[in-house]
Amino acid sequence: MEVLEGLYYSKDHEWVKVEGDKAYIGITDYAQHSLGNIVYVELPEVGAELSAGDVLGVVESVKAASDVYTPVDGKVLEVNNAIVDDPSLVNNDPYGSWMALVELKDKSQLDNLMTAEEYKKFLDEE
Amino acid sequence: MDNLKKTPLFDLYKKYNGKIIDFAGWALPVQFESIISEHEAVRNAAGLFDVSHMGEITVKGREAFNFLQNLITNDLSKLKDNQVLYTFMCNYNGGVVDDLLVYKYSDEHFYLVVNAANIEKDYKWMKDNKGVYEVEINNISDEISELAIQGPKAEKILQKLTDTDLSEIKFFYFKDNVKIAGIECLVSRTGYTGEDGFEIYMPNKYAVELWEKIIEVGKEYGLKPAGLGARDTLRFEAGLPLYGNELSEEITPLEAGFEFFVKFGKGNFIGKDALLKQKEEGLKRKIVGFEMIDNGIPRHGYEVRADNQKIGYVTTGYFSPTLKKNIGLALIDSKHAQLGNQIEIVIRNKPLKALIISKNFYKKNYKK
Repeated sequence: MEVLEGLYYSKDHEWVKVEGDKAYIGITDYAQHSLGNIVYVELPEVGAELSAGDVLGVVESVKAASDVYTPVDGKVLEVNNAIVDDPSLVNNDPYGSWMALVELKDKSQLDNLMTAEEYKKFLDEE
Repeated sequence: MDNLKKTPLFDLYKKYNGKIIDFAGWALPVQFESIISEHEAVRNAAGLFDVSHMGEITVKGREAFNFLQNLITNDLSKLKDNQVLYTFMCNYNGGVVDDLLVYKYSDEHFYLVVNAANIEKDYKWMKDNKGVYEVEINNISDEISELAIQGPKAEKILQKLTDTDLSEIKFFYFKDNVKIAGIECLVSRTGYTGEDGFEIYMPNKYAVELWEKIIEVGKEYGLKPAGLGARDTLRFEAGLPLYGNELSEEITPLEAGFEFFVKFGKGNFIGKDALLKQKEEGLKRKIVGFEMIDNGIPRHGYEVRADNQKIGYVTTGYFSPTLKKNIGLALIDSKHAQLGNQIEIVIRNKPLKALIISKNFYKKNYKK
């Protein structure tokens, strides 16, 4: 499973890529692989104010629907409609297929997330 | 996973990257490569399924014909030797105990193939209804493995492994003691995918060898190992019911839309009175096909609404790999069940629009 350096990771297999006060959020290679063929993606409304743990969106494989949670508080600035139009992008390029760009409310929340190293270790134990 | 039942092929799944799940108490592969690629392989070339979890029950004896004719809804008297019959076995309320295949060797010897989840229940039901019939009923499920090779290239691939002319086995017929790769098998031209293909039964000890031979020979034709995920999307597109979804002890064959397999004119059978009554009174609910108008994937158990009221639930729903549409089957109140009617499917608390369409989503490609 690919784990990119420089991103933050959650135990629910979301990644967070921080750029200044903003962050892109998506699901990891491990997550897309466990789900299998992704055939549907639902994204939040632009402008939505989310708290860590809230549902950010939904990804559905052939077999099942899974919620994706935001690991950080934030206001949704942009969503990636390309993955709504072609959900298989999430399988093919999980780290390029961000779901939402959020404005970070509290950067200290990033401390609760894992680094690439820690996430790799976490996956080994899964 | 350790407490799950395993088929003789279990140790091979790893070699083919099988992703194992618990299916009715069995450890079985939901997929190998991916559900969609396996689904497409079956539609366009061929797929090989391990369906050894399916149950086999033999019925033998002087009154085997009469016993079964009373037990099942379809008409055995039309069945020739070496022919296969799809039928239901109903309870006295007309609900479905199981759907099954009946292989006829002779009027005194039949071979039944039943759903894995229902083996014990079916076997008990049959013994409980044996009455005074002179028959011997044997559950041989633990001794028998079953492979299904399905798809337009299935015959070509299997023919490479046998001297028996497979084209002589017509749709829903079988032949026993067919040597495939030197292994004696029971072979029928049947399946659960809407494609041409064969189901092959053999003693457990030969299953691994036969699987490997078919994979080897099939490779150049595009055959892929296929899991339960693709098996379900394939049968669903072809409008074939799944016990537990479209059929159950509480759903009758008439409600499920399969009256064709209930022969009221054949004489008595278990469930006949209840089914006849239901037919005369008219169905209060029935299974329909639908296509989503709004964007969303319907799933088993989702609520169906019309006029702001619950009218039923989704029995199976998918993004259809072949049709590239979100479609489903639902058991709903008959007064809303006309083709072309608009209904709503509640997905994550949102009622989304859908249209009732024919449930034959995919035109079956049987070689008759």
